[in-house]
Amino acid sequence: MGVPCPMTLYLLRRFAGFVVTMFVAALVIFFLLDLLPGDPARFILGINATPEAVAALRAQMGLDAPVHQRFIQWVLDMVRGDFGLSHTQGLPVAQLIAERMAVTLPLSIFAMIVSVAVGLPVGILAAMRRGKATDTALMILVQIGVAIPNFWFGMLLTLLFSVTLHWLPTGGFVPWHEDPVAALRSLILPGLALALPQASILARVMRTALVDVTEQDFIRTARAKGLTKAEAVWRHGVRNAMLPILTILGLQFAYLIAGTIIVENVFYLPGLGRLIFTAISERDLVLVGGATIVLVLATTVTMLIVDLCYALVDPRLRGRGA
Amino acid sequence: MNWQALRHNPSLLIGLVATLAFALLGVVSIWWTPYPIEQVAIAQRFQGPSPAHWLGTDHLGRDMLSLIMSGTLTSFVVAALGVLIGVAVGVPMGLAAGAWGGAVEWLVLRISDLTFAFPAVIVAILITALAGPGETNAIIAIGVFNVPVFARVARGGALAVATQDYVAAARLAGHGNVSIAWRHLLPNIMSLLIVQGTIQLSLGILAEAGLSYIGLGTQPPATSLGLMLRDAQSLFLIHPWLSVVPGLTIVFIVIALNLAGDGLRDAMDPRLRHQGLAHGAG
Repeated sequence: MGVPCPMTLYLLRRFAGFVVTMFVAALVIFFLLDLLPGDPARFILGINATPEAVAALRAQMGLDAPVHQRFIQWVLDMVRGDFGLSHTQGLPVAQLIAERMAVTLPLSIFAMIVSVAVGLPVGILAAMRRGKATDTALMILVQIGVAIPNFWFGMLLTLLFSVTLHWLPTGGFVPWHEDPVAALRSLILPGLALALPQASILARVMRTALVDVTEQDFIRTARAKGLTKAEAVWRHGVRNAMLPILTILGLQFAYLIAGTIIVENVFYLPGLGRLIFTAISERDLVLVGGATIVLVLATTVTMLIVDLCYALVDPRLRGRGA
Repeated sequence: MNWQALRHNPSLLIGLVATLAFALLGVVSIWWTPYPIEQVAIAQRFQGPSPAHWLGTDHLGRDMLSLIMSGTLTSFVVAALGVLIGVAVGVPMGLAAGAWGGAVEWLVLRISDLTFAFPAVIVAILITALAGPGETNAIIAIGVFNVPVFARVARGGALAVATQDYVAAARLAGHGNVSIAWRHLLPNIMSLLIVQGTIQLSLGILAEAGLSYIGLGTQPPATSLGLMLRDAQSLFLIHPWLSVVPGLTIVFIVIALNLAGDGLRDAMDPRLRHQGLAHGAG
């Protein structure tokens, strides 16, 4: 048949949405940074440079081209993986970002793993003990967990585990290639700090989703077939509750990457945040632009992946004739 | 909602009372604080709680209670203005999507996708690169973060209301989309908006704290709870008290707002009882 299956259509539509979002995001970032006063060429050469030298450098950097041409060039370069040259550090922006991502990305992933490993079981437990003391106690903890600023929790963790117990470093980072174990150890506390509010939200959503699902007919049917409550919830409930969980997970991971910018400040980690702040204070706009677009890309790609997972998990989106 | 609802819902009562108490504490700081917040007295720094300074003094000898009062005001104002931006832009977008549907709805959804792609930190970074740090950045960043949230809530609510008979009747009576959105859709989604507003306010307080903590938000000599944590950053290993006090204040305010939000949701619309907090702060 000539009609594409709904799954293909869905995927195509989502991918087109992704491309459009990224394009407009690039447009916004480019023009915001382009509005900035100050001439990068003059900034690099210093105030004593001759007008001829500045003009020559402007031409060399492509700054004298019309604005739409520069934008298109910028986007095309980025698609090829060329994010430009940081004039303050004299290195390719892509390389600088990649170096920092070696801290930011593992930290985000670690925090995500912790929050799933803690949040989901807590939510399931609370839903199964619904209305009992365990449920109430867990939900009070969750209420507190949601309210604690992650960076402040990081400070408290340092106080306990580094200053009082001397188990873990207070901050700083040893590069992976020098000592992987030390590198991992320096990510534990920031990871826990990031995970706390995420785990709390996950627990809450998981509980709500499960409570909703357990009121559905198919759980009653499963019970009637002779499954115990735990078996019914586990086999049928959790799986159905995964859809809302997936949405939240996607949102959380997307914001986690941005959230590391704040938490890495507590632990003096050389992540993407530090790179951006230095770039802002030194007016390194190529670097600021590249780093923000990478962060936006991370958010958007995560959302895209979530939608693709939806298609895999939710049979209603799958094509029938496949 | 009525007083009856308040009596049957202790968490709503606690949440509202605590929220109002903190807000009041902040408002009072406009006219009166125990000590002027700019009053530096190095000789009296790092004091613990005492009858003279209920919450002790900071690294400059300033009275912590006075700072907390003033900081609470800033945090509330920044978060509230951020929420207001979200409402002012997001709600009309959502209503338009609900009333017109079709291309308008598509556009609104794409715009909210786009704003979702910019976490508050990134917006704040971009504005800081553009205009330097300041409270306004935090307000705009929190506002941008709130726009898609309110657009989606308003659209969802409007879609549910738009199928009602009285909306069809209004349409037959010759009312246009604008009039229907204003007269029928908006009043009916008000409770949804108030509940979401309360929750977004708590997220805004957290976001303000985070942004000021990394230096993108409130700047001295003004103070905010996040800025107090920034000031305490280099000292907290020796003087943990300086970060414990503002941190706990944030936690209490956010819990109060969340209790109030959840309670309002239960009181206003029992059908929404099981919807959990679904938005993580960026």
